[in-house]
Amino acid sequence: MSLYQLQKFLYVLNREPDAQHQYRQDLESLLSRYMLTAEEQQALREGDIGLLYVLGVNGQILMHYAAFLGIAWFDYLQLMRDGVAKHGPVRAGVYAMTGGGARFTSEGGVP
Amino acid sequence: MSLVYAGVCSHGPGMTGRAHLVENTARRDELFAKMARMGEEIAASGAEALLVVAAEHFANFFMNNMPALCIGMSAESEGPIEDPAWLRIPRTRVPGNADLSRRIVREVMQTVDTAYAEEWKFDHGIMVPLHFLTPDYKLPVVPVNINCQGPPLTPLARAWAFGEALRRACDIVPEKIALLATGGISHWPATPDSGKINEAWDREFLARLLRQDRDAVLSYTDEDTYRDAGQGGFEIRTYIAAAAAARGCGELQYYTAELPLFAVGCTVARFAIA
Repeated sequence: MSLYQLQKFLYVLNREPDAQHQYRQDLESLLSRYMLTAEEQQALREGDIGLLYVLGVNGQILMHYAAFLGIAWFDYLQLMRDGVAKHGPVRAGVYAMTGGGARFTSEGGVP
Repeated sequence: MSLVYAGVCSHGPGMTGRAHLVENTARRDELFAKMARMGEEIAASGAEALLVVAAEHFANFFMNNMPALCIGMSAESEGPIEDPAWLRIPRTRVPGNADLSRRIVREVMQTVDTAYAEEWKFDHGIMVPLHFLTPDYKLPVVPVNINCQGPPLTPLARAWAFGEALRRACDIVPEKIALLATGGISHWPATPDSGKINEAWDREFLARLLRQDRDAVLSYTDEDTYRDAGQGGFEIRTYIAAAAAARGCGELQYYTAELPLFAVGCTVARFAIA
């Protein structure tokens, strides 16, 4: 249930300008509307892409959230790899890392 | 009047958002030229509306009420939902045709249980193709969605039946309709594996699809697809619906696996209307 709530928070944030405004003005109030664990709340306070990825947030939802936070593409990919390195494999969903942390594009510079 | 065009193409957000970072500019420019050509073919068909069969990414639907199939029925739609600077497509309003949508929904419902929605936001899955195909956004768009994101997913056989129903609906309305399915084949988008592409899998799927080999196309299981083609491979549902709607064999107009920054084997194909 909690992953559902976490993803619902991000789904609403991604598509609702009013929620985006509140995220920036009064995040705690926005967080209080969802039944989130302390770990999930902290991940959202910190914009912790790596942890959110490992918790199982659908990649399409997470990608839009990262764009909302202004995170550049290659940084976004690396944050997910770092999250797996720190927290272990993705725990739920269908967006697991299957390439062992390898990079599949030549663009983006040397990691 | 009838279905006058049916095609499929990729929709990766990198095609606009990261196009400026691509090192293989020759392949990128080839792809963009093929997309522009597709837009010319749609215009030449005389289409009065574009029915876009998409695999949306949580722009409208969530797991609180996820339709297996849905058809938009709004007078207009806004997109993209993503940060326009990130996608490099300005936010705009795209006309729909609510009356046409209503007639299509009514006919589709004769055989297929589709949901409908009188409001619809476009994400990159529709905005990226429109950016290339109808860049003035004047051709009315009827958005259609097949659930390729939130398992349990729409079964492939239902996607085929949906395509058949869309064809029947297109053929009974007086307007000329172009149908475009957008999605990826094998890909692992929005994961650290972004850029991974299984070209052999892609080409085998496309061969089955374009020769209208229904049984072979519907034989993929979600487990096989996830293993061999990633979660992005679930979007084959949109291509399957397009094949069923067209009935004729297809021509692969472009494919390349050499643009991994676009996170997908970039595809442009057209079906004969039979």
